[in-house]
Amino acid sequence: MIDIFLEPFKYDFMIRSLITAIASGAMLSTLGPFTINRNMGFMADAMAHATLPIIAVGVFLGFSISELGVPAAILIAVLLGVIIKNTNVGEDTAIGIIFSSFFALGFVLISLLNVTINLEDLLFGQILAVNTSDVYIVVFLLLLVVTIVLLFFKQLLFYSFDPIGAEVKGLNTSFLNYLFLILLSIAIVGSLQTVGIILVLSMLIIPAAAAKLVSNTFVTSIKVSIVFGVTASITGLYLSYFFNLPSGPSMSLVATAIFVVAFLSNKIRKKGSLATVTIS
Amino acid sequence: MDTKEVNSASTPLIISDGCCVHFGNTPALESVNFSIDKGKKVAVVGPNGGGKSTLFNAIAGLVPLEEGSLTIEGKNPEDSKGAVSYVPQKDLINWNFPLSVKQVVEMGLINRKTISIFSRKKINNKIKEALKNVGLLEKIDENIKSLSGGQIQRVLIARALAQDADILLLDEAFSAVDIGAQEDIMQLINSINLDGKTILIATHDVNNLEDKFDEVLCLNKHCCAYGDPSEVLTPEVIQEMYGSHIDLINNAHLPTSKNDD
Repeated sequence: MIDIFLEPFKYDFMIRSLITAIASGAMLSTLGPFTINRNMGFMADAMAHATLPIIAVGVFLGFSISELGVPAAILIAVLLGVIIKNTNVGEDTAIGIIFSSFFALGFVLISLLNVTINLEDLLFGQILAVNTSDVYIVVFLLLLVVTIVLLFFKQLLFYSFDPIGAEVKGLNTSFLNYLFLILLSIAIVGSLQTVGIILVLSMLIIPAAAAKLVSNTFVTSIKVSIVFGVTASITGLYLSYFFNLPSGPSMSLVATAIFVVAFLSNKIRKKGSLATVTIS
Repeated sequence: MDTKEVNSASTPLIISDGCCVHFGNTPALESVNFSIDKGKKVAVVGPNGGGKSTLFNAIAGLVPLEEGSLTIEGKNPEDSKGAVSYVPQKDLINWNFPLSVKQVVEMGLINRKTISIFSRKKINNKIKEALKNVGLLEKIDENIKSLSGGQIQRVLIARALAQDADILLLDEAFSAVDIGAQEDIMQLINSINLDGKTILIATHDVNNLEDKFDEVLCLNKHCCAYGDPSEVLTPEVIQEMYGSHIDLINNAHLPTSKNDD
């Protein structure tokens, strides 16, 4: 039995994929609870799509996607933050404009610059193609994201819960806003090879949403979200290996399955507690 | 010596001199003048859009002044961060976060530094003391969302107490809470005021203000009146603030206008 589980890892590329999948899953699901509670899912999706023109230019200049990670993330986060802050069309609309126009620009640049990118891999992920340096970069990004979240956890939580109260207290809310956008952008860019532009959102918000259903506190929801995210990544990778399925969509579907189980257990628990109240 | 006695020595704490705030081309506050002494309990009244929240934002250093000056103990509001604590309107807080009462009160002790200057034990003691003062110590581990509207206001006041700010701004503290909870909050405010804090409360209720507050600031984009509620809250001032809705207000105790004398 154990042999079956260990079988994929006689190949080096599967070990690299596993480490990358765990790092991506952990990185996205650490930020997921902040993202869903701040209703920033659409923003995160826009960030993922906005990476396309940067990747097009970066690959044209000879960089790999993971090498582009941090600078691309900072560029996207600041760009989106500044555009949204300075347009009077409403945040939702501004995000929508950036989302679609950047995505379109990415395709145009890929065509104009004759960039050799497998679009399907970029849109849906191709974890099996990661090399050793990609693994190091993604693990480094995970450590960076987790360290910064731990260091600024209380400030980020205060700002997310009560932005006015935080600003009055003297916290640098503009810094905290951009810090979170940059962290989110780093996690997204760092996970593109794992789950791709289209599906990165699922690994960001689905484990967090499932965790929220079964957790009582915010801190617990982050821990549970990481467990769900990493479980979805590993299980999805196994499924893709044994059933020859695309890795990104497999991980995304496992995350969805976890959400369905969490949703049903939440419903059953609520029904149970209601029955207890009625009987007592 | 009684704290109240010290505070009665009329030390101007917040001075607004021709304060103007604009949002784009739209004026939100125009030439507002007042001077609030230390230790006063002030009601800020006025219609929706009259500038109550904008004034609080200006005092808290959240919005820039177009003209005039606003000082807190002689300093600009931006330089007085920490001296002011703000309990915003409930709908400006993100209630999606499943936070405990303890976590919310602890926010009053968070500053720019990533590592707290207080020990864990000291932080816990401060949180417990603040919650004890608002009568909610037994709720310390409960989810903030499980509390009633009045209890949530008291937790937010406990956060302000933990911060130990001299000035407390409460925006719409009495909205969406029942009469009993309103009385609890008012009693709490009275006891905080006795400890020497200066308190400004934005409220829509202009009835019986003279029983509850030292002073009233009447706003309708400009300062319609400021002073002792029993003196300044005349029918003319209420008319200036609320237009033709004067008959909605129980004005049995209002002072008669000077013209009637």
